[in-house]
Amino acid sequence: MTDAAFRELRLDGVGRRFGDTDALVGLDLTIRQGEFIALLGPSGCGKSTALNCLAGLLPLTAGSIWQDDRRIDVLPPERRGFGMVFQNYALFPHLTVRRNIEFGLQMRRLPKADVVRRTAAAVALVHLEEHAGKLPGQLSGGQQQRVAIARAVVLEPSLVLMDEPLSNLDAKLRLEMRTEIRRLHQSLGLTTVYVTHDQEEALSMADRLVVLRAGRVQQIGTAEELHARPRTWHVADFMGFRNLFPASVVEVSAERVVVDAGGLRFAGVPAEPVTVGDWVAVGVRPEDLLVVPDGGAAADGASSAGSAGSAGVLTATVSVVEYQGREFAVEVRTTAGLRLHVRTPARLVPGDGVTLRVEADRLLVFPGGDHLPPATAPLGENTGDGGGAGSGPDVVDVRGRGSALVPQETP
Amino acid sequence: MSPAASPGTRPGASPGTGPAPVDPGLRHRLAERGVDARLLLLVPGLVFVLGLFVYPFLYGLGLSFQPARGGGPFADYQRFFSDTFQRDTIGKTLWLAVPAALFNVLASVPVAYRMRGRFRGKRLLTTVLVVPITLGTVLTAEGLLNFLGPAGWLNRALLGLGLVDEPVGLIQNYWGVFFSLVISGFPFAFLLILSYLSGIDPTLERAAATLGAGWWQRFRRVTLPLLVPGLATTFCLTFVLAFSVFPSAYLVGDPTGETRVISIAAYEAAYQANDYPFGSTIAMIMGAVELAVIGVVLLWRSRFYVGTTGGKGA
Repeated sequence: MTDAAFRELRLDGVGRRFGDTDALVGLDLTIRQGEFIALLGPSGCGKSTALNCLAGLLPLTAGSIWQDDRRIDVLPPERRGFGMVFQNYALFPHLTVRRNIEFGLQMRRLPKADVVRRTAAAVALVHLEEHAGKLPGQLSGGQQQRVAIARAVVLEPSLVLMDEPLSNLDAKLRLEMRTEIRRLHQSLGLTTVYVTHDQEEALSMADRLVVLRAGRVQQIGTAEELHARPRTWHVADFMGFRNLFPASVVEVSAERVVVDAGGLRFAGVPAEPVTVGDWVAVGVRPEDLLVVPDGGAAADGASSAGSAGSAGVLTATVSVVEYQGREFAVEVRTTAGLRLHVRTPARLVPGDGVTLRVEADRLLVFPGGDHLPPATAPLGENTGDGGGAGSGPDVVDVRGRGSALVPQETP
Repeated sequence: MSPAASPGTRPGASPGTGPAPVDPGLRHRLAERGVDARLLLLVPGLVFVLGLFVYPFLYGLGLSFQPARGGGPFADYQRFFSDTFQRDTIGKTLWLAVPAALFNVLASVPVAYRMRGRFRGKRLLTTVLVVPITLGTVLTAEGLLNFLGPAGWLNRALLGLGLVDEPVGLIQNYWGVFFSLVISGFPFAFLLILSYLSGIDPTLERAAATLGAGWWQRFRRVTLPLLVPGLATTFCLTFVLAFSVFPSAYLVGDPTGETRVISIAAYEAAYQANDYPFGSTIAMIMGAVELAVIGVVLLWRSRFYVGTTGGKGA
């Protein structure tokens, strides 16, 4: 439908309040034609609100939406011409698959022949020819999902909105449908906005991701950008930085900072500029914590045995081991009580001592802001998980206090 | 019935396997068919239905075939249908009950449609709409007399304003009974339809909106078809209530003329002429007419989709 096509769709300070709570604040986003955008965030972060605002199902309480030079946030949903796939599919239960897909075409009062032809094409597109005469209730979840997609794309909408469309499917089907949606997006030249809480889904499908938290944009960027350079520790949390802990900055050089976490020193890369004395969040992916064979460790970090090793090297005790196919996901605990997650092919057992090393390039340092990730030390008192031998009774709170709130101190 | 038959046949069928395992096996098999101790919970209800409905009904049915004046089992039926004064009560009652039930259902739909979401004051509004249900026919009738009667507020206002020259006759005729049926039937229909409507998943209409349907199309093409079974059921229930109208036909109607409904005919036969069999005959005819109307409605309903509507109430 060329009349509905646009070059870009601009969200300008879009906000939505429910009573006294801000569900979405100041969302600025420009969607280019043909892009696949994922809105990513935990539940309640405002991503579905953003989608509903875009669809016209929720009126905005702030900002505006522009389709090229046309303001569209004042239009009702039926006049925006966007296709939407709902989380529960929202198929009309009293209409057959074919009639569900026809619905939008009929609303546009297209000639009968056109309706029949385009419906047949859409049915074929999602491989549901054999089921076209069935009611939605007679279909499996995956088939219903495909009907919902066909119904949304048959109108060749200028924008397709998808609200966690795969969350009701089982893991295998989810993977298949993921590829299917991406394939349709490319072959039909759609512009798609896709809401999900699954970072893997978002990373694998989207050209650009918008990470939301508590109604505010945390970061907008390509999958590679977000994966390699998350700007806040909340984004990092979503991008697989499973090891997140608070620390304080002790040294800042050109491209490196050295931080101190309960006596452990790490060198890392700042995600944003920091100054000495700042409380920061440190993030490392489990796969970037390398297990050094015990023999080699002596040579590597010879000068400092014990937990306070040279920057980037630490010793710890294995507490939990999970088998994950090719690798093991291992939880270790340092003598200072810091819990870390490691991935390693080595077969470890709880109680083993290990030496870990992390490259400074792989350790990201995030400015603290209002919140820091909780220090893991208080949990260290729980010795029932097998590795009790390693952790002493004098478990140290990494940051010397229990609260996750850190006062803004700028020396 | 079939579960009840199996205990008789099982013990006989399996003596070869030894008597010991039969007992737990039998109990298990019965439980799988829903026969267990919990079935006893049905007893009070069953006694109630048998004693207060089935027995009187069958008794009345029997009575209707034993005319007091003799002349064969169908004499009273022939008598009813050959006497215009009696026969016309069917038409008069239908003429009251069908429009009243239709009005109640159709008027409830927009009100319930508007009220299905959540909004401030919903509870208060619902209460106001439902209060008439608690009033009872006599109180309603008295209200109607006071309000719509020749010396009622409405007529006094109309006369005072010079809009009419003589009081408008709104009671002691068809309209009085009709109003009474609406006042008592509307809350009932409204409550039922509200619950049917909230059983329809609201995302369906939102989906229709994103597909380009305006509000009328959304209602017409999505909500209404899903609501039809509920409308049919509601119509049947309000129709039955209206068809058995009796007190208001006397109090605010014209019980010897245009609102001589069938229940009045039955009452007169049984308690004024003391002809119990004829009264029973009329009651049976009344039941048959009701069943016929309900049958037609359900037949019509069966042409529509009946199934899950996706919402919480479904």
